[in-house]
Amino acid sequence: MTRQMTGAKMIVQALIDQGVDTVFGYPGGAVLPIYDEIFQQNSIKHVLVRHEQGAVHAAEGYARATGKPGVCLVTSGPGATNAVTGLTDALMDSIPIVVLTGQVPTFMIGSDAFQEADTVGITRPCTKHNWLVKETDNLSGTIHEAFHVAMSGRPGPVLVDIPKDVQFATGEYTPKAAKKSHYQPQLKGDMDAIVELVEAMEKAKKPVFYTGGGVINSGPAASQLLRELVEATGFPITSTLMGLGCYPASGDKWLGMLGMHGLYEANMAMHGCDLMINIGARFDDRITGVVDKFSPNSKKAHIDIDPSSINKVIRVDIPIMGDVGHVLEDLLKVWKSRGRKTNSEAVAKWWKQIEEWRAKDCLKFEQKGAVIKPQYALSRLEALTQKYDRYICTEVGQHQMWAAQYLGFEDPNRWMTSGGLGTMGYGFPASIGVQMAHPEALVINVAGEASWLMNMQELGTAMQYQLPVKQFILNNERLGMVRQWQELLHGERYSSSWSESLPDFVKLAEAFGAKGIICSDPDTLDDAIMEMLTHKGPVVFDCLVTKHENCFPMIPSGKAHNEMIMGEVDTSTAIDAEGKVLV
Amino acid sequence: MSALKIKKGATSHSAYNLRPNFSDVEERHTLALLVENEPGVLARVIGLYAGRGYNIDSLTVAEVDHTGHLSRITIVTRGTPQVIEQIKAQTGRIISVREVHDLTVEGPAVERELAMFKVAGTGDKRVEALRLADIFRANVVDSTLESFVFEITGAPEKIDAFADLMRPLGLIDVARTGVAALSRGS
Repeated sequence: MTRQMTGAKMIVQALIDQGVDTVFGYPGGAVLPIYDEIFQQNSIKHVLVRHEQGAVHAAEGYARATGKPGVCLVTSGPGATNAVTGLTDALMDSIPIVVLTGQVPTFMIGSDAFQEADTVGITRPCTKHNWLVKETDNLSGTIHEAFHVAMSGRPGPVLVDIPKDVQFATGEYTPKAAKKSHYQPQLKGDMDAIVELVEAMEKAKKPVFYTGGGVINSGPAASQLLRELVEATGFPITSTLMGLGCYPASGDKWLGMLGMHGLYEANMAMHGCDLMINIGARFDDRITGVVDKFSPNSKKAHIDIDPSSINKVIRVDIPIMGDVGHVLEDLLKVWKSRGRKTNSEAVAKWWKQIEEWRAKDCLKFEQKGAVIKPQYALSRLEALTQKYDRYICTEVGQHQMWAAQYLGFEDPNRWMTSGGLGTMGYGFPASIGVQMAHPEALVINVAGEASWLMNMQELGTAMQYQLPVKQFILNNERLGMVRQWQELLHGERYSSSWSESLPDFVKLAEAFGAKGIICSDPDTLDDAIMEMLTHKGPVVFDCLVTKHENCFPMIPSGKAHNEMIMGEVDTSTAIDAEGKVLV
Repeated sequence: MSALKIKKGATSHSAYNLRPNFSDVEERHTLALLVENEPGVLARVIGLYAGRGYNIDSLTVAEVDHTGHLSRITIVTRGTPQVIEQIKAQTGRIISVREVHDLTVEGPAVERELAMFKVAGTGDKRVEALRLADIFRANVVDSTLESFVFEITGAPEKIDAFADLMRPLGLIDVARTGVAALSRGS
């Protein structure tokens, strides 16, 4: 059955067929026909953001909290260029989002028309794939293909650029899955390689699982299989920032996050292991420290769906290309069929070593004096939100690392943070996306005051849709991480890392009609947090914390995992000239 | 991508080609990509090279399957074995790229390039240019009393050699197509 309809109607129909329930967007001249169609239907909710960057981050938050693709709709020109940061963010963190952009009519493309930009050109390097649709007949097929590409293989952002005349014209609607896509990434891992890994696991004396966002992206079943594998083998497990929640933080095999601000025991285990099993992580530079000294004596296996991640940074011995869930299923099957063997005696010894590292208690801090320590604020937040159905977003900086260190994640899809790109301003809009997906849940954005101000206009969105997102701002009146690096690397010359002329956050919240809370006293912190949690609407929580607190432990740039700085030491010698050029 | 045709290495049990050790020596590789001939596909490929800092020594592109709308892009690139592996994997990741072949490692291949040389001169130099062109089996495709345009086809090294010989004889302009390559045998 062929169905004729306008391009604009086709777009809405294609979204409905893809199971989309929420679109984050901002109207403009080049998308008016689509907005007209949205106006005339009830299947899809449209969330009017206050800035297109917010739309993309909200879609990212929605995607990460649901495992479904997030969808954005923005206009041509500035609408599209404002989406670029979000697209790049989603590309770096492998988040499936579909961005629909309006474009000037086909006959005006190339004429420097009003609000014209070469959107597919600009977004080519920051999308997994993009399309400019020039015929209405191709429109719905392209949108379906866009969803397929965003969700298949290593997920990522895609963009479909739709000229206004294509939206007005009538064409034939192509239903979902009418045509099989050429893009069919390999899901199953090579069995020989899996057997090789099982053999290595059977013999390993000092194994460690190094897991990442790939486990989360592979779906809840992959996390379940990972848990089964960890429990069955008894091997220790650490995770990157992106992978938090793939294994429960309360699990006794859990070493905590690894990397630049990772836990001592996790980094030492990575450095000292004899078998590293990388599951869906990518040897990012925040993880490896200096590459030449990275885990020098280990055999390394790497499970990744993206062939380009394998051997990109670190040469591995057992590469396995495939989807984490599929590979873990086969891995478990093979390991069980061979008699569930591990070198348990040696592994027990390894655990003894790890316990010694753990005993250092690298996250230990002391709340003393009249000023709230950020670590204390997050510990209290963690304690007081235990019984909630909780989702956490963050901005980028010190608060983000402290949140990763002091908050525990029991399940996947509960932790939304900008890892690869490190986008300040990510967290607030992301929290809006999460709350749209889970209206009844407690959604908290752990923020720094500087990051939060980057997309604070979204308070309007939160109010309009009555999304009770909690903005927990650790306010040190500094760009904390920049200031920390200036302290360590630039002789404490704090160039432009002060947050001058900060707003009164309580009044700011009230100006939007939201609730504002300020707290500066450790003794009243619990009550203030409870007030935030029990309030039914959006809350901006201004938590005044220590101004010059540093985030530790830390692998200084240019150093290896076993050269961590644990606390306030003579930091002038911590980083050498070679390390200074690194970011 | 299943179409990523990377041959099994001698030391690896996986589909990924692993050399026993990673060398620092740069190698020259000829890659053949089969891509969907859609707008922007060439920009995707060369944008990847530019963005990630890979080298392009030569690049040719033309549609080779008019019904399937497939183009063949032949790229001559250089890098350490690790970089070459990355180039292949990154290229294979582009959605419009259907197949990636490394003709340098997949077995013997023939490489050909077409070039045209404009040589201006009179007297002995003109005679010598014509004589050398004959030796190189170059054709004269344009002639005036003061100049020739030679057309020559061959491996890039042969064309380089011909260019070296023509330079002292009055070479004033060169146009080269870049390398086209196919694997030998069936």
